[in-house]
Amino acid sequence: MQEATIVVTHEVGLHARPAATFVKTAKGFDSAIVVTNLTRGSTPADAKSLVQIFKAAVGKDHEIKITADGSDESEALAALVGLIESNFGE
Amino acid sequence: MRRSEVSDRFDGIGASGGIAIGPAVVYRPDVPEVRVREVADPAAEAARLERAVASVLERLGRLEALASGEAGAEVAEIFEAHRMFLDDPSFSGDALEMVRSEAICAEAAVDRVTDRLATEFEEIGDEYFAARAADVRDIGTQLVRELLGLGQLGFGHLTRPSVIAARDLTPSETMTIPPGMALAFVTEVGSPTSHTAILARSLGIPAVVGVGGAEFTDGVVLAVDGDSGSVWVEPDAQTVTALTRRKADLDALADEAQAHAGEPAVTRDGRLIEVVANIGSPADASRADRAGAEGVGLFRTEFLFIDRGAPPSEEEQYRAYREVFETFGTRPVVVRTLDVGGDKEVPGIDQGQELNPFLGVRGIRLTLAESDLFRTQLRALLRAAVGANLKLMFPMVATLEEIDRAREAVDAAAASLDAEGAERADDFEIGIMIEVPSAAVTADLLAPHVDFFSIGTNDLTQYTLAVDRTNPAVAPMADALHPAVLRLIGSVIDAAHAAGKWVGLCGELAGDPLAAPVLLGLGLDEWSMNPPSIGMVKARVRTLSGDECRSVAARCLGATSARQVREILEGL
Repeated sequence: MQEATIVVTHEVGLHARPAATFVKTAKGFDSAIVVTNLTRGSTPADAKSLVQIFKAAVGKDHEIKITADGSDESEALAALVGLIESNFGE
Repeated sequence: MRRSEVSDRFDGIGASGGIAIGPAVVYRPDVPEVRVREVADPAAEAARLERAVASVLERLGRLEALASGEAGAEVAEIFEAHRMFLDDPSFSGDALEMVRSEAICAEAAVDRVTDRLATEFEEIGDEYFAARAADVRDIGTQLVRELLGLGQLGFGHLTRPSVIAARDLTPSETMTIPPGMALAFVTEVGSPTSHTAILARSLGIPAVVGVGGAEFTDGVVLAVDGDSGSVWVEPDAQTVTALTRRKADLDALADEAQAHAGEPAVTRDGRLIEVVANIGSPADASRADRAGAEGVGLFRTEFLFIDRGAPPSEEEQYRAYREVFETFGTRPVVVRTLDVGGDKEVPGIDQGQELNPFLGVRGIRLTLAESDLFRTQLRALLRAAVGANLKLMFPMVATLEEIDRAREAVDAAAASLDAEGAERADDFEIGIMIEVPSAAVTADLLAPHVDFFSIGTNDLTQYTLAVDRTNPAVAPMADALHPAVLRLIGSVIDAAHAAGKWVGLCGELAGDPLAAPVLLGLGLDEWSMNPPSIGMVKARVRTLSGDECRSVAARCLGATSARQVREILEGL
């Protein structure tokens, strides 16, 4: 199991297109991946569920923890963190 | 219906411009009644639900494809989000779980999960989540109707052009409207950012949203002004006359431009201007073709690389490029090699963090550093361009050395295809984007080494004026009509022409009819813009004379501010 903590700087947080991109990317990996909104203290959300990611209510400048567990956990973590760091390619 | 000298008027928010007058069709979707029924075989019931989910997913996929062809990427994304919702472990996943654990019928499970989720979103209490609640209810209704064999809601029955009035419209309902049958949309709820508004703008249909408290009846005449946000019920003669006159003026302008969009843009003194399109995907290519584009002046290839886990294979790229080349036949297609980096991430490539991404590893710098990525794209392009009119273009070039290295990469890609005996294009042009001031200033030194230039005014403006367009505090300064930018454009064109090369411009400036006289006067050869601008820019060019515009351009270059340039152009 591996985890990373990162601040989401995108204007809309993890909603709209960034959320969809995040979930699509997560679905590309076999590992179980969960996201916790540390700023709001949410319950862990399944990164492969758009609904749960929405409900985690990650806004701009919120800090989140991403935990990946499985055969491709480091790749999954790198891809998701990369996505957030790159501001979702925008 | 009350009829008086002054007609009833309701005010909402103009969400999509234009004027329409016509009979109302009031849309009142019936809500299917769902009764909780116990089932003897929960496993079989779960399988029934899975089949219904698959069937609705397939339908949404078809709507997404339809939308991406007719309405554009923004609308297609809505359907993609709906498919993700439907397929979500917390939506259909929870409903399946409920069927299995409580042995209740699938439609009751879907109804409960829908209601629970939509209520949760609604309770958050902001506009964005209210819209997501509407999405969830839309998908839930579709799934329940599928399970009950009721057929999907929509406007398939509409046979005469109508003003569609509804509490709200979902994207899936809107996409069922037969072409030409929607004159306008009027909704009780909604905001300029709602799905209805986005759809209406994409389809070019007037819309007024947020008309609370209005009760419309089927068949009454509604007049809709999508610019002011007003809706008149049974408008009086005076209102109809005024609106009709304004609509006629607007239509005449747009029709005139559109009717001649497919014809060449020739100035009054006989200069032929090449008007081409900026595109970002194969779907855009056919839209551009229909809009009257004489070719493609900028094919952005980034769509293949973003939002995914790994870079696309040579074969996947080949197919996408091939589709665009086939649309345009022997007309020119300027393809820009991958232009990402810095602030835009490429899958599979770790660039590390950059303090100043706009001045970092972007464009050609990135592809030269990632030779495998570059080679794959160049091979795919050369293979796909057999029989096509390829013009290969490199972005963000700052120095001659980059041109030399990029040419070496093209030669190497060609040689590798030849060694395999693969068919490839062998007659194509190579050019560069001019968007870095160093390239603009040394254009005379670069011109002998390329076949063409294409000026990217968006980045050239940012770099020249040292202004970040995304920073609201300075963004207003980022005006491509600033004399500093215009002078660079002028000297780039002069340098290219002196070397016998042609120059295009693919920034937003090319699509602005206001800028047409100065660009014409500076001698620009190829104008590349978003497809909807083509008709209007061609219409503007036809009213101009190259000779007269030369003196206009000279005045603009002598201005001291972007505002002065705008005053000169507005005063023509």
